Amino acid sequence: MTSALDTIIQGILLGGLYALFAAGLSLVFGIMRLVNLAHGDLIVLAAFLILVLVTALGLNPFVAALVAMPLMFAAGWALQYFLLNRTLGADILPPLLVTFGLSIVIQNGLLEGFTADSRRISAGGLESASLALGPVNVGVMPLLTLVSAIAVIIGLNQLFYRTSLGRAFRATSDDPVTAGLMGIRPKRIFATATGIAMVVVTIAALYLGTRANFDPTIGPARLIYAFEAVIIGGLGSLWGTLAGGIVIGIAQTFGAAINPEWQILAGHLAFLLVLLVRPRGLFPRAVD
Amino acid sequence: MTDTSLTPWKVETRTKASAISAIVAALLVLFAFAAPLFASRSVLQDLFFILTMLVLAQNWNLLAGYAGLVSVGQQAFVGFGAYAMFALVILAGLDPLAAIVLAGIASALLAVPTAFFLFRLQGAYFAIGSWVIAEVVRLALAQWKTLGGGTGTSLPREATRDMPALKFIGDLFGVKSSGAGDILTYWLTLLLAIATIFLVYRLLRSKQGLGLAAVRDNQEAARSVGVDARRMKTLVYLAAAFGTGLCGALIYVQKARISPDAAFSVVDWTAYVIFIVVIGGIGTIEGPIVGVIVFYLLQTLLADYGSWYLLILGLVGIATMLFAPRGLWGLFADRTGIQLFPVRRRLTGGPLSSTRKGGPHG
Repeated sequence: MTSALDTIIQGILLGGLYALFAAGLSLVFGIMRLVNLAHGDLIVLAAFLILVLVTALGLNPFVAALVAMPLMFAAGWALQYFLLNRTLGADILPPLLVTFGLSIVIQNGLLEGFTADSRRISAGGLESASLALGPVNVGVMPLLTLVSAIAVIIGLNQLFYRTSLGRAFRATSDDPVTAGLMGIRPKRIFATATGIAMVVVTIAALYLGTRANFDPTIGPARLIYAFEAVIIGGLGSLWGTLAGGIVIGIAQTFGAAINPEWQILAGHLAFLLVLLVRPRGLFPRAVD
Repeated sequence: MTDTSLTPWKVETRTKASAISAIVAALLVLFAFAAPLFASRSVLQDLFFILTMLVLAQNWNLLAGYAGLVSVGQQAFVGFGAYAMFALVILAGLDPLAAIVLAGIASALLAVPTAFFLFRLQGAYFAIGSWVIAEVVRLALAQWKTLGGGTGTSLPREATRDMPALKFIGDLFGVKSSGAGDILTYWLTLLLAIATIFLVYRLLRSKQGLGLAAVRDNQEAARSVGVDARRMKTLVYLAAAFGTGLCGALIYVQKARISPDAAFSVVDWTAYVIFIVVIGGIGTIEGPIVGVIVFYLLQTLLADYGSWYLLILGLVGIATMLFAPRGLWGLFADRTGIQLFPVRRRLTGGPLSSTRKGGPHG
């Protein structure tokens, strides 16, 4: 019984990581219907940025992530404003193909710059620390990841529903032309949204890099988990994305408990199962 | 035109360029079939590679360029076809040639349940869903221990060497069985490439092809005049799975060694293919042909630069999508109005013989 409980708790914690991977994607997708196939590679890019800051300046990884955030925001803003905005339109092919190309470019750029070696960001012993919560032990880092994921989602929801920027986001998402008539510049709004998504990506990268090894080629797999979380949760719902991440996390830990080789497969099967029963996800908000 | 109102109206797709190109194409095909007479083994292997990429590109182009189904998971069918062929040869002791055909059918069968899942998804969801399904197939086949599990396995040498067809080719050209194997796989891919192009061409010129183009351009309008969009898309999806699976089996008869990671590689069987189609020109039959030539030249030129190659390919792909969304062939065709495989319907004859350029295709 304890082991089943343990598996569920580990699954929820893992789900926190996937929700972090997915939150930025969910934001961008929700606002501009843009599918960023380079999202996973951008997480890996941010992880390398944090790694460089940690090794070159001797910073604590958490501080390094804070330094990386504005840089990633600027990169995201520019990426959206100068490249991705050109691809938006009724046809879904251009954004898919451009971001797919971007994914290949980032992966191979990182391979050229950092080789294919496996890296890890050291968090100074925090990785191995654990807390006893009743009958089960919980790692401090996984717990921190889940807390960060919840904090990010609360923060994004506040931004969305309590600020004028959030109102502009929602208006542009509903109807960019009418929003434009009200004095909103959709291109800038989209750029800001991608910038914010890149800040979330940096937080995700911090946990990606400190919790496990990473190398330039692991991005696409993270993208798939993130997408599964977004789709399971339902378009436009950030809490749904968290729920989606947790569904994938629990499915993976249960799969791994049966046979370590089935971990990833179990996550994918859970995704297909949800899709079969509820093709629009668990908590769809936007109609699309 | 001078002879007004004498000729009746006619809907035509044939153009002067297409008539010339048909003759040139026929000569090229004859020349290509005769290539083993004078080309070396390494040239044949390069041609084999080019032709397999061309087949994959034509199939993906049919899906994305004509049916609007942007799949990032076609490696599912390459890998599944290859694995089905290996299973039939190793476990059932079949002749590899028969196994290739059955592997294509197996891939088409795999497409039935995947279509059931994927056709509930739209646009971007469809793309990601297709990728997930490819991952599921890869992970499931990596569990198949008799075919080597995650590390993979090789085709038994007897199976590939003792094919009756090889003996015949070996005697004909006076080469050893390995050389004869290259000739055989080359001919088969050449045949597959020609058949694929021919069938795609026939499909696009048919009534169904017109329906397909209508669905791509405006699904609601097409449905309102009675085109069954879903049926057309399913049909194209199954056909592309069959072609891709056949091609996958052929590639792995030649490689004779398989592993799940290689057979289901998203870079090798989908990224390259997407770039080929985009750079050449999506939504045209000529596009993938131009694209595969550019792709091969880039690969040969940049062979020594490792990952720079893919990086440059990615940048070229992005630039093409942004500045010339209809690809190199699109640029060329817009300037010259030349179509080698004309699928655009034009109204000719009648009082006003119209040869206006730049109308909608279809």
